[in-house]
Amino acid sequence: MALDTAAVARIASLARIRLSEAELDPLADELSHILTWVEQLNEVDTTGVAPMASAAAASLPMRADAVTDGGCPSAILGNAPRAARGFFTVPKVVE
Amino acid sequence: MSDRSLLELNLAEARDGLARRMFSARELTAAYNDAVAEAKPLNAYITPTPERALTMADAADERLARGEALLLDGIPVAVKDLFCTKDIQTTAGSHILDGFRPPYESTITDKLWQAGAVMIGKANLDEFAMGSSSTTSWYGPVESPWRRPGDNRPLVAGGSSGGSAAAVAARAALAAIGTDTGGSIRQPASFCGIVGLKPTYGRCSRWGVVAYASSLDHPGPMGRTVRDVAIMLRAMAGHDPRDSTSAALPVPDFAAALTGDIRGLRIGIPREYSVDGMPGEIAALWQQGVEWLRAAGAEPVEISLPMTKYALATYYIIAPAEASSNLARYDGVRFGLRIEGDSLEEMYELTRAAGFGAEVRRRVLIGTYVLSAGYYDAYYLKAQRVRTLIARDFAGAFERVDCILTPTAPSAAFAIGDKSDDPIAMYLNDVFTVPANLAGLPAISVPAGLSADGLPLGLQITGRAFDEETVLRVAEVLESAARFRHLPGFVAGGGG
Repeated sequence: MALDTAAVARIASLARIRLSEAELDPLADELSHILTWVEQLNEVDTTGVAPMASAAAASLPMRADAVTDGGCPSAILGNAPRAARGFFTVPKVVE
Repeated sequence: MSDRSLLELNLAEARDGLARRMFSARELTAAYNDAVAEAKPLNAYITPTPERALTMADAADERLARGEALLLDGIPVAVKDLFCTKDIQTTAGSHILDGFRPPYESTITDKLWQAGAVMIGKANLDEFAMGSSSTTSWYGPVESPWRRPGDNRPLVAGGSSGGSAAAVAARAALAAIGTDTGGSIRQPASFCGIVGLKPTYGRCSRWGVVAYASSLDHPGPMGRTVRDVAIMLRAMAGHDPRDSTSAALPVPDFAAALTGDIRGLRIGIPREYSVDGMPGEIAALWQQGVEWLRAAGAEPVEISLPMTKYALATYYIIAPAEASSNLARYDGVRFGLRIEGDSLEEMYELTRAAGFGAEVRRRVLIGTYVLSAGYYDAYYLKAQRVRTLIARDFAGAFERVDCILTPTAPSAAFAIGDKSDDPIAMYLNDVFTVPANLAGLPAISVPAGLSADGLPLGLQITGRAFDEETVLRVAEVLESAARFRHLPGFVAGGGG
Protein backbone atom coordinates (compact mmCIF):
# COMPACT_ATOMS: atom_id res chain seq x y z
CA MET A 1 0.00 0.00 0.00
CA ALA A 2 1.45 3.36 -1.00
CA LEU A 3 0.39 6.12 1.35
CA ASP A 4 0.11 9.69 0.11
CA THR A 5 0.76 12.70 2.27
CA ALA A 6 -2.94 13.19 2.97
CA ALA A 7 -3.14 9.66 4.36
CA VAL A 8 -0.09 10.25 6.54
CA ALA A 9 -1.61 13.47 7.85
CA ARG A 10 -4.83 11.61 8.70
CA ILE A 11 -2.96 8.81 10.53
CA ALA A 12 -0.88 11.37 12.43
CA SER A 13 -4.04 13.13 13.47
CA LEU A 14 -5.51 9.82 14.73
CA ALA A 15 -2.26 9.18 16.62
CA ARG A 16 -2.29 12.74 18.03
CA ILE A 17 1.19 13.52 16.73
CA ARG A 18 1.70 16.93 15.12
CA LEU A 19 3.67 16.76 11.87
CA SER A 20 4.99 19.66 9.84
CA GLU A 21 4.35 19.85 6.09
CA ALA A 22 8.02 19.10 5.47
CA GLU A 23 7.81 15.83 7.42
CA LEU A 24 4.90 14.39 5.43
CA ASP A 25 6.72 13.47 2.21
CA PRO A 26 9.61 11.51 3.74
CA LEU A 27 7.25 9.78 6.18
CA ALA A 28 4.90 8.79 3.36
CA ASP A 29 7.87 7.11 1.65
CA GLU A 30 9.08 5.37 4.82
CA LEU A 31 5.68 4.12 5.89
CA SER A 32 4.79 2.97 2.35
CA HIS A 33 8.05 1.05 2.19
CA ILE A 34 7.30 -0.73 5.48
CA LEU A 35 3.67 -1.48 4.54
CA THR A 36 4.69 -2.88 1.16
CA TRP A 37 7.21 -5.10 2.92
CA VAL A 38 4.72 -6.49 5.47
CA GLU A 39 2.23 -7.24 2.70
CA GLN A 40 4.30 -10.35 1.95
CA LEU A 41 1.89 -11.96 4.45
CA ASN A 42 -0.68 -12.03 1.65
CA GLU A 43 1.28 -15.00 0.26
CA VAL A 44 0.14 -17.06 3.25
CA ASP A 45 -3.18 -18.90 3.07
CA THR A 46 -4.86 -18.25 6.42
CA THR A 47 -8.31 -19.50 5.49
CA GLY A 48 -9.95 -20.95 8.57
CA VAL A 49 -7.01 -20.05 10.84
CA ALA A 50 -7.97 -18.39 14.12
CA PRO A 51 -6.12 -15.20 15.07
CA MET A 52 -3.68 -15.47 17.99
CA ALA A 53 -3.72 -12.53 20.38
CA SER A 54 -1.36 -13.91 23.01
CA ALA A 55 0.77 -16.90 23.96
CA ALA A 56 -0.84 -16.87 27.41
CA ALA A 57 -3.83 -19.00 28.36
CA ALA A 58 -6.89 -17.84 26.45
CA SER A 59 -9.07 -17.27 29.51
CA LEU A 60 -8.14 -14.58 31.99
CA PRO A 61 -8.07 -15.42 35.69
CA MET A 62 -10.85 -14.11 37.92
CA ARG A 63 -10.34 -12.45 41.27
CA ALA A 64 -12.54 -10.92 43.92
CA ASP A 65 -13.98 -7.56 42.89
CA ALA A 66 -12.27 -5.72 45.73
CA VAL A 67 -10.21 -2.56 46.07
CA THR A 68 -6.58 -3.63 46.48
CA ASP A 69 -4.72 -0.39 45.89
CA GLY A 70 -5.11 3.35 45.87
CA GLY A 71 -5.69 6.04 48.44
CA CYS A 72 -2.51 7.86 47.44
CA PRO A 73 -3.58 10.89 45.38
CA SER A 74 -0.53 12.96 46.25
CA ALA A 75 1.85 10.21 45.08
CA ILE A 76 -0.04 10.03 41.79
CA LEU A 77 -0.29 13.78 41.27
CA GLY A 78 3.38 14.10 42.17
CA ASN A 79 4.34 13.34 38.57
CA ALA A 80 1.77 15.63 36.94
CA PRO A 81 3.16 18.45 34.82
CA ARG A 82 0.29 20.53 36.26
CA ALA A 83 -2.07 19.79 39.10
CA ALA A 84 -4.30 21.85 41.35
CA ARG A 85 -6.45 21.03 44.37
CA GLY A 86 -6.14 17.27 43.96
CA PHE A 87 -6.78 17.24 40.21
CA PHE A 88 -4.77 17.04 37.00
CA THR A 89 -5.24 20.25 35.06
CA VAL A 90 -5.52 20.61 31.27
CA PRO A 91 -6.31 23.46 28.86
CA LYS A 92 -9.92 24.61 29.03
CA VAL A 93 -12.17 22.29 27.01
CA VAL A 94 -15.56 23.95 27.60
CA GLU A 95 -16.25 27.59 26.77
CA MET B 1 40.76 -8.39 47.23
CA SER B 2 41.58 -5.79 44.58
CA ASP B 3 38.83 -4.13 42.57
CA ARG B 4 40.08 -5.92 39.50
CA SER B 5 39.90 -9.38 41.02
CA LEU B 6 36.45 -8.65 42.45
CA LEU B 7 35.21 -7.59 39.02
CA GLU B 8 36.55 -10.78 37.45
CA LEU B 9 34.21 -12.97 39.49
CA ASN B 10 30.98 -14.15 37.92
CA LEU B 11 27.74 -14.10 39.89
CA ALA B 12 28.01 -17.67 41.17
CA GLU B 13 31.62 -17.07 42.30
CA ALA B 14 30.77 -13.75 43.93
CA ARG B 15 27.94 -15.40 45.84
CA ASP B 16 30.36 -18.02 47.16
CA GLY B 17 32.90 -15.34 48.09
CA LEU B 18 30.27 -13.33 49.96
CA ALA B 19 28.95 -16.40 51.77
CA ARG B 20 32.48 -17.31 52.87
CA ARG B 21 33.10 -13.69 53.94
CA MET B 22 36.16 -13.40 51.65
CA PHE B 23 34.90 -9.87 50.93
CA SER B 24 31.88 -7.83 51.93
CA ALA B 25 28.91 -6.79 49.85
CA ARG B 26 30.02 -3.21 50.46
CA GLU B 27 33.48 -3.93 48.98
CA LEU B 28 31.95 -5.66 45.97
CA THR B 29 29.43 -2.87 45.44
CA ALA B 30 32.07 -0.16 45.83
CA ALA B 31 34.16 -1.90 43.16
CA TYR B 32 31.14 -1.89 40.85
CA ASN B 33 30.33 1.74 41.61
CA ASP B 34 33.89 2.57 40.51
CA ALA B 35 33.45 0.38 37.45
CA VAL B 36 30.25 2.19 36.47
CA ALA B 37 32.10 5.51 36.71
CA GLU B 38 35.04 4.16 34.71
CA ALA B 39 32.69 2.82 32.01
CA LYS B 40 30.89 6.15 31.61
CA PRO B 41 32.14 6.67 28.01
CA LEU B 42 30.06 3.64 26.96
CA ASN B 43 26.87 5.48 28.03
CA ALA B 44 25.54 2.14 29.27
CA TYR B 45 23.74 3.80 32.18
CA ILE B 46 21.21 6.59 32.19
CA THR B 47 21.05 6.82 35.99
CA PRO B 48 23.76 5.23 38.13
CA THR B 49 22.55 4.72 41.72
CA PRO B 50 25.78 4.40 43.74
CA GLU B 51 24.41 5.60 47.08
CA ARG B 52 21.33 3.42 46.93
CA ALA B 53 23.65 0.54 46.01
CA LEU B 54 25.82 1.02 49.10
CA THR B 55 22.77 1.20 51.39
CA MET B 56 21.46 -2.03 49.90
CA ALA B 57 24.91 -3.63 50.20
CA ASP B 58 25.09 -2.75 53.89
CA ALA B 59 21.74 -4.43 54.48
CA ALA B 60 23.04 -7.50 52.63
CA ASP B 61 26.18 -7.52 54.79
CA GLU B 62 24.05 -7.56 57.94
CA ARG B 63 22.13 -10.60 56.69
CA LEU B 64 25.35 -12.31 55.58
CA ALA B 65 26.89 -11.69 59.01
CA ARG B 66 23.84 -13.27 60.68
CA GLY B 67 24.12 -16.28 58.38
CA GLU B 68 20.75 -15.43 56.81
CA ALA B 69 21.93 -14.83 53.26
CA LEU B 70 19.28 -14.50 50.56
CA LEU B 71 19.53 -15.90 47.02
CA LEU B 72 21.17 -12.79 45.52
CA ASP B 73 22.48 -11.08 48.63
CA GLY B 74 25.00 -8.38 47.74
CA ILE B 75 24.95 -8.98 43.97
CA PRO B 76 25.18 -5.68 41.98
CA VAL B 77 22.64 -5.71 39.16
CA ALA B 78 21.94 -3.26 36.33
CA VAL B 79 18.27 -2.57 35.62
CA LYS B 80 17.12 -1.71 32.12
CA ASP B 81 15.50 1.70 32.43
CA LEU B 82 12.18 0.24 31.33
CA PHE B 83 11.46 -1.20 34.79
CA CYS B 84 9.75 1.22 37.14
CA THR B 85 11.77 1.81 40.28
CA LYS B 86 10.09 3.63 43.14
CA ASP B 87 11.21 7.25 43.48
CA ILE B 88 14.07 6.71 41.00
CA GLN B 89 13.82 8.36 37.60
CA THR B 90 12.51 5.93 34.99
CA THR B 91 12.89 7.14 31.40
CA ALA B 92 12.34 4.28 28.91
CA GLY B 93 15.03 6.19 26.99
CA SER B 94 12.39 8.72 25.97
CA HIS B 95 12.11 12.49 26.23
CA ILE B 96 8.39 12.08 26.85
CA LEU B 97 9.01 10.59 30.31
CA ASP B 98 11.07 13.57 31.46
CA GLY B 99 11.20 13.75 35.23
CA PHE B 100 9.06 10.65 35.82
CA ARG B 101 9.63 9.11 39.24
CA PRO B 102 7.37 6.10 39.64
CA PRO B 103 5.38 5.92 42.88
CA TYR B 104 5.71 2.13 42.74
CA GLU B 105 8.24 -0.64 42.12
CA SER B 106 7.96 -3.18 39.28
CA THR B 107 7.34 -6.76 40.37
CA ILE B 108 10.61 -8.01 38.88
CA THR B 109 12.81 -5.40 40.54
CA ASP B 110 10.91 -5.82 43.80
CA LYS B 111 11.62 -9.57 43.68
CA LEU B 112 15.31 -8.89 43.02
CA TRP B 113 15.57 -6.56 46.02
CA GLN B 114 13.59 -9.04 48.15
CA ALA B 115 16.26 -11.58 47.16
CA GLY B 116 19.00 -9.24 48.38
CA ALA B 117 20.28 -7.93 45.02
CA VAL B 118 21.86 -4.47 44.88
CA MET B 119 20.72 -1.90 42.30
CA ILE B 120 23.82 -0.43 40.69
CA GLY B 121 21.96 1.76 38.17
CA LYS B 122 19.37 2.15 35.44
CA ALA B 123 20.68 1.01 32.07
CA ASN B 124 20.33 2.76 28.71
CA LEU B 125 18.18 1.29 25.92
CA ASP B 126 16.47 2.05 22.65
CA GLU B 127 13.59 4.47 23.18
CA PHE B 128 10.64 2.46 24.55
CA ALA B 129 12.69 -0.69 23.75
CA MET B 130 12.03 -0.17 20.04
CA GLY B 131 15.27 -1.02 18.27
CA SER B 132 18.14 -3.38 17.74
CA SER B 133 21.07 -1.04 18.32
CA SER B 134 20.47 1.04 21.50
CA THR B 135 21.11 4.17 19.42
CA THR B 136 17.61 5.71 19.58
CA SER B 137 17.69 6.70 23.27
CA TRP B 138 17.01 10.36 24.12
CA TYR B 139 20.09 9.95 26.36
CA GLY B 140 22.40 9.10 23.47
CA PRO B 141 23.67 5.85 21.96
CA VAL B 142 25.21 3.00 23.94
CA GLU B 143 28.70 2.02 22.77
CA SER B 144 29.79 -1.57 22.86
CA PRO B 145 32.94 -2.25 24.90
CA TRP B 146 34.08 -4.28 21.88
CA ARG B 147 36.03 -2.89 18.93
CA ARG B 148 37.20 -4.55 15.76
CA PRO B 149 40.96 -5.01 16.11
CA GLY B 150 42.72 -2.16 14.32
CA ASP B 151 39.51 -0.21 13.87
CA ASN B 152 38.49 2.47 16.33
CA ARG B 153 34.95 3.06 15.13
CA PRO B 154 32.47 2.63 17.97
CA LEU B 155 30.15 -0.35 17.55
CA VAL B 156 26.57 -0.83 18.69
CA ALA B 157 25.90 -2.97 21.75
CA GLY B 158 22.76 -4.32 20.08
CA GLY B 159 19.34 -3.57 21.41
CA SER B 160 17.12 -2.76 22.87
CA SER B 161 18.71 -3.95 26.15
CA GLY B 162 22.10 -2.65 24.94
CA GLY B 163 23.01 -0.77 28.10
CA SER B 164 22.41 -3.89 30.20
CA ALA B 165 24.52 -6.01 27.81
CA ALA B 166 27.36 -3.48 27.53
CA ALA B 167 27.47 -3.07 31.31
CA VAL B 168 27.76 -6.82 31.94
CA ALA B 169 30.36 -7.28 29.16
CA ALA B 170 32.44 -4.32 30.42
CA ARG B 171 32.30 -5.59 34.02
CA ALA B 172 30.28 -2.55 35.03
CA ALA B 173 27.52 -4.84 36.35
CA LEU B 174 27.70 -8.38 37.66
CA ALA B 175 24.38 -9.22 36.00
CA ALA B 176 21.48 -7.32 34.52
CA ILE B 177 17.83 -7.47 33.69
CA GLY B 178 16.41 -6.63 30.31
CA THR B 179 13.26 -7.09 28.30
CA ASP B 180 12.85 -8.94 25.02
CA THR B 181 9.99 -8.12 22.64
CA GLY B 182 11.61 -9.29 19.40
CA GLY B 183 15.15 -10.21 20.47
CA SER B 184 16.05 -7.33 22.76
CA ILE B 185 17.79 -9.52 25.35
CA ARG B 186 19.31 -12.15 23.06
CA GLN B 187 20.65 -9.99 20.21
CA PRO B 188 22.60 -7.57 22.48
CA ALA B 189 23.83 -10.59 24.47
CA SER B 190 25.14 -12.04 21.20
CA PHE B 191 26.74 -8.73 20.15
CA CYS B 192 28.43 -8.24 23.55
CA GLY B 193 29.60 -11.80 24.22
CA ILE B 194 27.37 -12.51 27.23
CA VAL B 195 24.43 -14.81 28.03
CA GLY B 196 20.85 -13.54 27.71
CA LEU B 197 17.65 -15.48 28.40
CA LYS B 198 14.13 -14.68 27.28
CA PRO B 199 11.95 -16.86 29.50
CA THR B 200 8.54 -18.26 28.53
CA TYR B 201 5.76 -15.68 28.19
CA GLY B 202 4.12 -15.56 31.61
CA ARG B 203 7.17 -16.78 33.56
CA CYS B 204 8.25 -13.29 34.64
CA SER B 205 5.71 -10.61 35.50
CA ARG B 206 5.35 -7.57 33.27
CA TRP B 207 3.80 -5.47 36.06
CA GLY B 208 5.61 -2.16 36.34
CA VAL B 209 7.51 -2.62 33.07
CA VAL B 210 6.91 0.26 30.66
CA ALA B 211 4.80 -1.46 28.01
CA TYR B 212 5.86 -1.66 24.36
CA ALA B 213 3.92 -4.63 22.88
CA SER B 214 2.19 -6.40 25.72
CA SER B 215 1.68 -9.80 24.07
CA LEU B 216 5.37 -9.94 23.10
CA ASP B 217 7.20 -8.22 26.01
CA HIS B 218 9.26 -10.62 28.15
CA PRO B 219 11.46 -9.56 31.10
CA GLY B 220 14.54 -11.74 31.54
CA PRO B 221 18.06 -12.03 32.95
CA MET B 222 21.45 -11.28 31.36
CA GLY B 223 24.78 -12.43 32.78
CA ARG B 224 28.28 -13.72 32.20
CA THR B 225 27.41 -17.41 32.36
CA VAL B 226 24.46 -19.72 31.89
CA ARG B 227 24.58 -20.52 35.60
CA ASP B 228 24.40 -16.82 36.45
CA VAL B 229 21.21 -16.30 34.43
CA ALA B 230 19.72 -19.49 35.91
CA ILE B 231 20.28 -18.08 39.41
CA MET B 232 18.83 -14.71 38.39
CA LEU B 233 15.78 -16.31 36.81
CA ARG B 234 14.91 -18.15 40.00
CA ALA B 235 14.66 -14.81 41.81
CA MET B 236 12.68 -13.15 39.01
CA ALA B 237 10.17 -15.85 38.10
CA GLY B 238 6.82 -16.59 39.69
CA HIS B 239 3.12 -15.85 39.61
CA ASP B 240 2.01 -12.26 40.01
CA PRO B 241 -1.69 -11.55 40.46
CA ARG B 242 -1.09 -8.03 39.14
CA ASP B 243 -0.21 -9.37 35.67
CA SER B 244 -3.19 -11.25 34.25
CA THR B 245 -0.90 -13.12 31.82
CA SER B 246 1.44 -14.29 34.59
CA ALA B 247 1.54 -18.09 34.89
CA ALA B 248 0.50 -19.70 38.17
CA LEU B 249 3.24 -22.34 38.07
CA PRO B 250 5.87 -23.35 40.61
CA VAL B 251 9.38 -21.94 40.13
CA PRO B 252 12.02 -24.65 39.78
CA ASP B 253 15.61 -24.34 41.00
CA PHE B 254 16.88 -23.60 37.50
CA ALA B 255 20.56 -23.92 38.45
CA ALA B 256 19.89 -27.49 39.62
CA ALA B 257 18.95 -28.34 36.03
CA LEU B 258 22.54 -27.70 34.89
CA THR B 259 23.61 -31.32 35.08
CA GLY B 260 25.80 -31.28 31.98
CA ASP B 261 23.98 -34.38 30.78
CA ILE B 262 22.18 -33.95 27.46
CA ARG B 263 22.59 -37.52 26.27
CA GLY B 264 19.64 -38.62 24.20
CA LEU B 265 18.12 -35.17 23.85
CA ARG B 266 16.89 -34.41 20.35
CA ILE B 267 18.06 -31.06 19.00
CA GLY B 268 16.07 -29.56 16.13
CA ILE B 269 17.99 -27.86 13.33
CA PRO B 270 15.48 -25.84 11.30
CA ARG B 271 16.43 -25.71 7.63
CA GLU B 272 14.60 -22.41 7.08
CA TYR B 273 17.13 -20.56 9.23
CA SER B 274 19.73 -20.90 6.46
CA VAL B 275 18.63 -17.52 5.14
CA ASP B 276 19.95 -15.87 2.01
CA GLY B 277 22.99 -13.77 2.70
CA MET B 278 23.85 -15.38 6.03
CA PRO B 279 27.61 -14.88 6.47
CA GLY B 280 29.56 -18.11 6.01
CA GLU B 281 31.18 -17.73 9.43
CA ILE B 282 27.76 -17.76 11.13
CA ALA B 283 26.68 -20.84 9.17
CA ALA B 284 29.99 -22.48 10.17
CA LEU B 285 29.54 -21.58 13.85
CA TRP B 286 26.02 -23.01 13.76
CA GLN B 287 27.40 -26.26 12.30
CA GLN B 288 30.07 -26.25 15.00
CA GLY B 289 27.28 -25.93 17.59
CA VAL B 290 25.57 -28.99 16.11
CA GLU B 291 28.84 -30.93 16.41
CA TRP B 292 29.39 -29.81 20.02
CA LEU B 293 25.95 -31.02 21.05
CA ARG B 294 26.35 -34.26 19.10
CA ALA B 295 29.68 -34.88 20.83
CA ALA B 296 27.91 -34.44 24.19
CA GLY B 297 25.49 -37.22 23.29
CA ALA B 298 22.54 -35.28 21.88
CA GLU B 299 20.95 -36.19 18.59
CA PRO B 300 20.62 -33.46 15.93
CA VAL B 301 17.40 -33.73 13.93
CA GLU B 302 16.62 -31.70 10.85
CA ILE B 303 13.26 -29.99 11.21
CA SER B 304 11.15 -27.59 9.20
CA LEU B 305 9.57 -24.36 10.45
CA PRO B 306 8.05 -23.23 7.16
CA MET B 307 6.51 -19.99 8.47
CA THR B 308 9.89 -18.63 9.63
CA LYS B 309 10.21 -16.25 6.69
CA TYR B 310 6.96 -14.52 7.64
CA ALA B 311 7.79 -13.96 11.31
CA LEU B 312 9.39 -10.54 10.89
CA ALA B 313 6.54 -9.09 8.83
CA THR B 314 4.06 -10.53 11.34
CA TYR B 315 6.01 -8.92 14.17
CA TYR B 316 6.17 -5.54 12.43
CA ILE B 317 2.39 -5.43 12.27
CA ILE B 318 1.54 -6.78 15.72
CA ALA B 319 4.23 -4.96 17.71
CA PRO B 320 3.45 -1.48 16.27
CA ALA B 321 -0.28 -2.11 16.69
CA GLU B 322 0.14 -2.90 20.37
CA ALA B 323 2.63 -0.05 20.74
CA SER B 324 0.24 2.51 19.27
CA SER B 325 -2.30 1.47 21.88
CA ASN B 326 0.13 1.29 24.81
CA LEU B 327 1.76 4.63 23.98
CA ALA B 328 -1.57 6.45 23.81
CA ARG B 329 -1.13 7.11 27.54
CA TYR B 330 1.67 9.64 26.92
CA ASP B 331 -0.44 12.75 26.56
CA GLY B 332 1.22 15.35 28.77
CA VAL B 333 -1.49 15.17 31.43
CA ARG B 334 -0.43 12.79 34.22
CA PHE B 335 3.37 12.45 33.98
CA GLY B 336 6.37 13.36 31.90
CA LEU B 337 6.79 16.00 29.24
CA ARG B 338 4.10 18.55 28.45
CA ILE B 339 4.15 21.12 25.68
CA GLU B 340 1.42 23.65 26.28
CA GLY B 341 -1.13 24.36 23.54
CA ASP B 342 -4.19 26.52 23.13
CA SER B 343 -6.48 23.49 23.21
CA LEU B 344 -6.34 20.04 24.77
CA GLU B 345 -5.96 18.56 21.29
CA GLU B 346 -3.06 20.83 20.47
CA MET B 347 -1.36 20.04 23.78
CA TYR B 348 -1.57 16.30 23.02
CA GLU B 349 -0.21 16.71 19.51
CA LEU B 350 2.64 19.05 20.43
CA THR B 351 3.64 16.95 23.46
CA ARG B 352 3.76 13.73 21.46
CA ALA B 353 5.56 15.36 18.52
CA ALA B 354 8.26 16.70 20.82
CA GLY B 355 8.41 13.68 23.11
CA PHE B 356 8.71 10.75 20.70
CA GLY B 357 11.82 10.07 18.59
CA ALA B 358 11.74 9.08 14.92
CA GLU B 359 11.51 5.29 15.36
CA VAL B 360 8.83 5.47 18.05
CA ARG B 361 6.83 7.88 15.93
CA ARG B 362 7.19 5.57 12.92
CA ARG B 363 5.89 2.57 14.86
CA VAL B 364 3.02 4.47 16.45
CA LEU B 365 1.95 5.66 12.98
CA ILE B 366 2.20 2.18 11.45
CA GLY B 367 0.30 0.74 14.39
CA THR B 368 -2.40 3.38 14.17
CA TYR B 369 -2.78 2.66 10.47
CA VAL B 370 -3.04 -1.15 10.74
CA LEU B 371 -5.67 -0.81 13.48
CA SER B 372 -7.69 1.85 11.67
CA ALA B 373 -11.10 1.30 10.13
CA GLY B 374 -10.84 -0.47 6.78
CA TYR B 375 -7.33 -1.85 7.37
CA TYR B 376 -7.72 -3.82 10.59
CA ASP B 377 -8.65 -7.10 8.88
CA ALA B 378 -6.13 -6.81 6.05
CA TYR B 379 -3.15 -6.13 8.31
CA TYR B 380 -3.74 -6.76 11.98
CA LEU B 381 -6.04 -9.79 11.86
CA LYS B 382 -4.01 -11.24 9.00
CA ALA B 383 -0.85 -10.97 11.10
CA GLN B 384 -2.56 -12.57 14.09
CA ARG B 385 -3.61 -15.51 11.88
CA VAL B 386 -0.05 -15.96 10.60
CA ARG B 387 1.08 -15.81 14.23
CA THR B 388 -1.10 -18.86 14.89
CA LEU B 389 0.68 -20.70 12.07
CA ILE B 390 4.10 -19.73 13.43
CA ALA B 391 3.15 -21.07 16.88
CA ARG B 392 1.83 -24.26 15.22
CA ASP B 393 5.17 -24.75 13.44
CA PHE B 394 6.89 -24.84 16.82
CA ALA B 395 4.24 -27.06 18.40
CA GLY B 396 4.75 -29.57 15.59
CA ALA B 397 8.53 -29.43 15.90
CA PHE B 398 8.41 -29.98 19.67
CA GLU B 399 6.61 -33.26 19.13
CA ARG B 400 9.85 -34.48 17.56
CA VAL B 401 12.62 -32.55 19.35
CA ASP B 402 13.44 -31.27 22.85
CA CYS B 403 14.93 -27.95 21.80
CA ILE B 404 16.06 -26.05 18.72
CA LEU B 405 19.55 -24.76 17.88
CA THR B 406 20.01 -21.71 15.63
CA PRO B 407 22.24 -18.66 15.38
CA THR B 408 21.05 -15.74 17.52
CA ALA B 409 21.57 -12.98 14.95
CA PRO B 410 22.46 -12.84 11.25
CA SER B 411 25.58 -10.70 11.87
CA ALA B 412 28.04 -9.50 14.48
CA ALA B 413 27.80 -5.95 15.87
CA PHE B 414 27.84 -3.11 13.34
CA ALA B 415 29.13 0.45 13.60
CA ILE B 416 27.01 3.08 15.32
CA GLY B 417 25.09 4.90 12.58
CA ASP B 418 25.01 1.96 10.17
CA LYS B 419 21.52 0.80 9.17
CA SER B 420 19.95 3.80 10.88
CA ASP B 421 18.60 5.28 7.64
CA ASP B 422 16.86 2.05 6.54
CA PRO B 423 14.28 0.76 9.04
CA ILE B 424 13.92 -2.62 7.33
CA ALA B 425 17.69 -3.27 7.31
CA MET B 426 17.57 -2.65 11.07
CA TYR B 427 14.52 -4.91 11.50
CA LEU B 428 16.37 -7.82 9.82
CA ASN B 429 18.60 -8.07 12.92
CA ASP B 430 15.71 -9.84 14.62
CA VAL B 431 15.07 -12.48 11.96
CA PHE B 432 16.13 -15.40 14.21
CA THR B 433 14.83 -14.05 17.51
CA VAL B 434 11.33 -12.79 16.68
CA PRO B 435 9.69 -16.24 16.21
CA ALA B 436 10.17 -17.17 19.89
CA ASN B 437 8.44 -13.95 20.94
CA LEU B 438 5.47 -14.60 18.68
CA ALA B 439 5.16 -18.15 20.07
CA GLY B 440 6.03 -17.13 23.65
CA LEU B 441 8.78 -19.78 23.96
CA PRO B 442 11.91 -19.66 26.13
CA ALA B 443 15.13 -18.92 24.22
CA ILE B 444 18.69 -18.16 25.25
CA SER B 445 21.76 -16.73 23.53
CA VAL B 446 25.16 -18.14 24.48
CA PRO B 447 28.47 -16.66 23.26
CA ALA B 448 29.97 -19.31 20.99
CA GLY B 449 32.76 -17.76 18.96
CA LEU B 450 34.30 -14.72 17.29
CA SER B 451 33.69 -13.38 13.82
CA ALA B 452 36.63 -13.00 11.41
CA ASP B 453 36.90 -9.39 12.54
CA GLY B 454 37.09 -10.35 16.21
CA LEU B 455 33.53 -9.76 17.43
CA PRO B 456 31.32 -12.10 19.48
CA LEU B 457 28.72 -14.33 17.88
CA GLY B 458 25.99 -16.14 19.79
CA LEU B 459 24.07 -19.35 19.31
CA GLN B 460 20.44 -19.63 20.38
CA ILE B 461 18.60 -22.50 22.07
CA THR B 462 14.79 -22.37 21.97
CA GLY B 463 12.68 -24.73 24.05
CA ARG B 464 9.16 -25.78 24.92
CA ALA B 465 6.95 -23.42 26.88
CA PHE B 466 7.94 -23.41 30.57
CA ASP B 467 10.86 -25.76 29.92
CA GLU B 468 13.61 -23.27 30.70
CA GLU B 469 15.38 -26.11 32.50
CA THR B 470 16.15 -28.01 29.28
CA VAL B 471 17.06 -24.76 27.51
CA LEU B 472 19.51 -23.89 30.29
CA ARG B 473 20.94 -27.40 30.48
CA VAL B 474 21.67 -27.52 26.75
CA ALA B 475 22.96 -23.94 26.83
CA GLU B 476 25.45 -24.79 29.56
CA VAL B 477 26.77 -27.74 27.55
CA LEU B 478 27.17 -25.40 24.58
CA GLU B 479 28.93 -22.87 26.80
CA SER B 480 31.35 -25.51 28.12
CA ALA B 481 32.15 -26.72 24.63
CA ALA B 482 32.60 -23.24 23.16
CA ARG B 483 34.91 -22.11 25.98
CA PHE B 484 34.34 -18.46 25.05
CA ARG B 485 36.94 -16.61 27.14
CA HIS B 486 37.43 -13.53 24.98
CA LEU B 487 37.18 -10.11 26.56
CA PRO B 488 36.20 -6.82 24.94
CA GLY B 489 38.75 -4.08 24.34
CA PHE B 490 37.40 -2.21 27.31
CA VAL B 491 36.71 -3.77 30.69
CA ALA B 492 36.46 -1.84 33.95
CA GLY B 493 39.30 -2.47 36.36
CA GLY B 494 41.68 -2.88 33.44
CA GLY B 495 41.22 -6.68 33.43
CA GLY B 496 42.03 -8.88 30.49
